[in-house]
Amino acid sequence: MKKVLLGDEAIAQAAIDAGLSGVYAYPGTPSTEITEYIQLIESKQPKGIFCKWATNEKTAMEAALGMSYMGKRALVCMKHVGMNVCADAFINSAITGVNGGLVVLAADDPSMHSSQNEQDSRFYAKFAMIPCLEPSNQQEAYDLTRYAFDLSERLHEPVLMRVTTRMAHSRAVVETTEPRLQNDMSLPKDVQHFILLPAFAKRNYAELVAAQPSFIRESETAGWNNYIKGTNPEKAIVTTGIGYNYYAEAIPEFRNTDIPENSILKVTQYPLPTALINLMVADGAKEILVIEEGQPVVEELLRGMVPSDIVVKGRLTGDLPRMGELSPDCVRKALGLDPLPTYEPDAIVVGRPPALCQGCGHRDMYSALNEVAREYPSPRIFGDIGCYTLGALSPFHAIHACVEMGASVTMAKGAADAGQHPSIAVIGDSTFTHSGITGLLDCVNSKANVVVLISDNLTTGMTGGQDSAGTGRLEQICAGIGVEPEHIRVVVPLPKNMEEIKATLREEIDYNGVSVVIARRECIQTLKRHLKAAKA
Amino acid sequence: MKKDIILAGVGGQGILSIATVIGEAALNEGLYLKQAEVHGMSQRGGDVQSNLRLSSEPIHSDLIAKGGADLIISLEPMEALRYVQYLKPDGWIVTNEVPFLNIPNYPEIDDVLAHIRAHKNHVLLNCEELAKSVGAPAQAANMVLLGAAIPMLGIDHDKMIAGIQRVFARKGEAIVNSNIAAVEAGYHVSVK
Repeated sequence: MKKVLLGDEAIAQAAIDAGLSGVYAYPGTPSTEITEYIQLIESKQPKGIFCKWATNEKTAMEAALGMSYMGKRALVCMKHVGMNVCADAFINSAITGVNGGLVVLAADDPSMHSSQNEQDSRFYAKFAMIPCLEPSNQQEAYDLTRYAFDLSERLHEPVLMRVTTRMAHSRAVVETTEPRLQNDMSLPKDVQHFILLPAFAKRNYAELVAAQPSFIRESETAGWNNYIKGTNPEKAIVTTGIGYNYYAEAIPEFRNTDIPENSILKVTQYPLPTALINLMVADGAKEILVIEEGQPVVEELLRGMVPSDIVVKGRLTGDLPRMGELSPDCVRKALGLDPLPTYEPDAIVVGRPPALCQGCGHRDMYSALNEVAREYPSPRIFGDIGCYTLGALSPFHAIHACVEMGASVTMAKGAADAGQHPSIAVIGDSTFTHSGITGLLDCVNSKANVVVLISDNLTTGMTGGQDSAGTGRLEQICAGIGVEPEHIRVVVPLPKNMEEIKATLREEIDYNGVSVVIARRECIQTLKRHLKAAKA
Repeated sequence: MKKDIILAGVGGQGILSIATVIGEAALNEGLYLKQAEVHGMSQRGGDVQSNLRLSSEPIHSDLIAKGGADLIISLEPMEALRYVQYLKPDGWIVTNEVPFLNIPNYPEIDDVLAHIRAHKNHVLLNCEELAKSVGAPAQAANMVLLGAAIPMLGIDHDKMIAGIQRVFARKGEAIVNSNIAAVEAGYHVSVK
């Protein structure tokens, strides 16, 4: 069957067709649409695939490992920084190995369109010593996902699928293949493999090390990595993932010139295919240009694999930009092609940064907070990850830090420990349940002088309004970990309530201990959707 | 046949609906398609764009090179100008003339429109007003814009209309007809 699918949707459809039994994920751009697609299909044609959102990437990874332990196929999806959250479970899943196929999908965001860094998840695959797959187009994303589950089951190891923003969020026609049934439940053959006592873990790790040559052989023979010798094999190009597309786009222009054709190695599967690289060298490669999306992973590795008189070019040598995603333009330049004729950028155009929606509760929360904060000589407000991070920009300029999920609570604690007052955390409801709760427990245990302002819009807003893990239970959660009930306050962020919100904030700032103020009003985007659905 | 199109606007304006209709008509013609979208943070009232590529040959890159676009279709005049460095020298700008004012430093609208008029190949139109003039709601502005772009798309007018019928069929006849009226209103501005 042919369908127009986003790269993310192609992966989701392939996982369903591969006999998936559970997808585990926390929303994060550019990975969110994978789980949403599975939820949509499951709501229309239920196959009993577990697809509820997880509280964070670590709980997702662990639950997926549990499903794999029982012999069923599981998919874990996250944005690149989610790999940091689940790293403990992820790395150790390579030591336990898997029973049912386990595919970990990391969606990297080079150029940081919606992220705070551009870390490259291929490092994690190398770190964990497991195979990694990197599709170059939507059809390959589908085909590779199906292969990934089979490979994982055959090697008894998790497999990392790595995509980047342009792969995840671009549509093309995808041809699907015959669906496969879900696995029956079955226990691992050797349960000791899943008990990582040092004695057992040493044996497992030795097995993982010993298996490395077979992983390389798989990269050389499975057919996903392709080497073609050119008429001028002294020049070679190595591409990974969507880097290939920008190269392929330029081929017709080369065919119109008398420049002899270079050799090409298209890398789609890791570890790197040593035999194909050796072949490229034996064919006389003197200069290798590496076109890879993300950080210079292959460029660095190649330098250790080819003789030192071969020049390896790429992001480290400045032939391609050191930072940011690839573009057709920077690849053209690296290939020696002139830019196409066009217009200069028009200087009349000004920036249009994203902003909080009109009528959003975060706006009223920040209005009140800013007014109260101004009454103190040196307030510090620690922000977090979500729509409300936009409070850093005009007109609010309300927050003084934003680092990673949950950091608002614990950074406010650390600042309070250092003597700062008022020390205020601003965190959304979904980010709070993702990684704020444990920090709040730290605050309670040391009676830190902080105010934790939970801006509760009853959803995971920035990624498009997914379910939030603690909806309806935030007061209970805070009370349960020991915040004094009289210092758990709830306000409704609306202009008419401004005086009440300000008074509440003042009282809690002046209380020497842990306060939680919950500013609760539904996200206006999900509200609009709910009203529309109710009308229909 | 090969058309590289940049769709531009402000988050929430509805550029992806235009892409959906063009994509539907293109696939029905047996063309290859790639469509790169912007999701995530910038959808919150920021500038958004989509690269839509159609071709009778397989397409590799998801993105259009600078100087490679045949056409910029924009729901907002300044947003059309944001991408002129992607336009071929003889490429077209088809844009709504109504500014979307959500920033304090928006340039003088007359200057913006003059910059667009300085491009030989341009179509400027008031999409909201044209939508209302044929009895369609202001939200059908994107369909007016689509109509104005039809002569530059390389896909037959009647096949685009058939595409709209298929895309909006499940929303009922009233919406299909109102969208077609909006498309025709834009189309007439372009071919006049």
